[in-house]
Amino acid sequence: MADRLSDAGDLSEEEEEEEEEEEDVLTPAELIARLEEAWLNEKFSPELLENKSELVECVMEQLMHMEENLQRVRKGDLKASVHRMEIDRIRFVLSSYLRSRLQKIEKFFPHVLEKEKSRADGDPSFLSPEEFAFAKEYLANTEVYLKAVALRHMPPNLQSIDMLKAVPEPCLDSFVFLRVKERQENILVEPETDEQREYVVDLEEGSQHLMRYRTIAPLVASGAVQLI
Amino acid sequence: MFCEKAVELIRELHRMSDGQLPAFNEDSIRQVLEEMKALYEQNQIPGVLLELIPTIKFRHCCLLRNQRCITAYLYDRLLRIRALRWEYGSVLPTTIRFHMCAEELEWFNQYKKSLATYMRSLGGEEGLDITQDMKPPKSLYIEVRCLKDHGEFEIDDGTVILLKKNSQHFLPRWKCEQLIRQGVLEHVIS
Repeated sequence: MADRLSDAGDLSEEEEEEEEEEEDVLTPAELIARLEEAWLNEKFSPELLENKSELVECVMEQLMHMEENLQRVRKGDLKASVHRMEIDRIRFVLSSYLRSRLQKIEKFFPHVLEKEKSRADGDPSFLSPEEFAFAKEYLANTEVYLKAVALRHMPPNLQSIDMLKAVPEPCLDSFVFLRVKERQENILVEPETDEQREYVVDLEEGSQHLMRYRTIAPLVASGAVQLI
Repeated sequence: MFCEKAVELIRELHRMSDGQLPAFNEDSIRQVLEEMKALYEQNQIPGVLLELIPTIKFRHCCLLRNQRCITAYLYDRLLRIRALRWEYGSVLPTTIRFHMCAEELEWFNQYKKSLATYMRSLGGEEGLDITQDMKPPKSLYIEVRCLKDHGEFEIDDGTVILLKKNSQHFLPRWKCEQLIRQGVLEHVIS
């Protein structure tokens, strides 16, 4: 992947100079690596993770540059096919990432909206503005539907539903596979059975584990571990 | 026994575990709503005697159960309808549309709109259609067979292909995805 992307770097050489003037100086290879990490984390995490709009925007820009460059390459050149595949692969990863997020937003919509409403100003956002709008529309749409079809025909004291109680929350206790990127010490693990007691583990860099998501959730957010 | 009709609704959906959408069971829903009305009115009869309180609680439990079953039935149908947008695209086959009530069609339209607005907002000018690229790309070109006459089809380097029924072509994958999902082309895996 790195080899082919340095070829892509060839194609987007002109653009790279412009990009360096901008704030984040990520090479295309680094950008795509970050996208893949975000994609895997989002796929395997039971809850919606932090929103990465900047990453999405950069990747879209990158894709556009690559498409433009591809137009200029001589048709039938072998290089063109390889680059075409590259564009398709990146687009697949990006689409899959956004789909994972949308699915989780739809599945847990009242909780996602509640979390976003009650977060403090400085805290990172879980939803992009567009995702937030989508979630609100989804909630409104569903409420209107349920009222129109059934709730308004019910007895007066039963005409509303508490969405927060009706829709299940994400199961943070599900097990996830993870690889450790930065060494962690003294991670507290809850007992599984009554006979066990809680104990402490150190996570060595490069090691792989299977643990409950709840234990390592903050480490996923900080980038110290990667879900696999 | 109370709540039987409501549970029947749930069973009906449970039987179709592959995500199919059965016809909207307006009859059963109406019956459950009528049962709820009757239970509620019975509970309203004034002159509450202490001995009647368990009965009143029991009727209230039945009411809650009916409400829960109906909303579960309706919500599960919505999830199936949502899946239809991702499988069939914006236009649903008429057979499926007959199984939906007017409000469900309205929900579907609103959902389509929300999704389209969201997709258009992604990245640069035109956005990104995330209902495409559902599978990782395995090869650049694929062998496809044409299932219906679709007329002329232009690919990137300008060549025009005539899509006649039963003709086979070796075409770029990304061009064919949409047509494969619409049923015009069929991916031939030799």
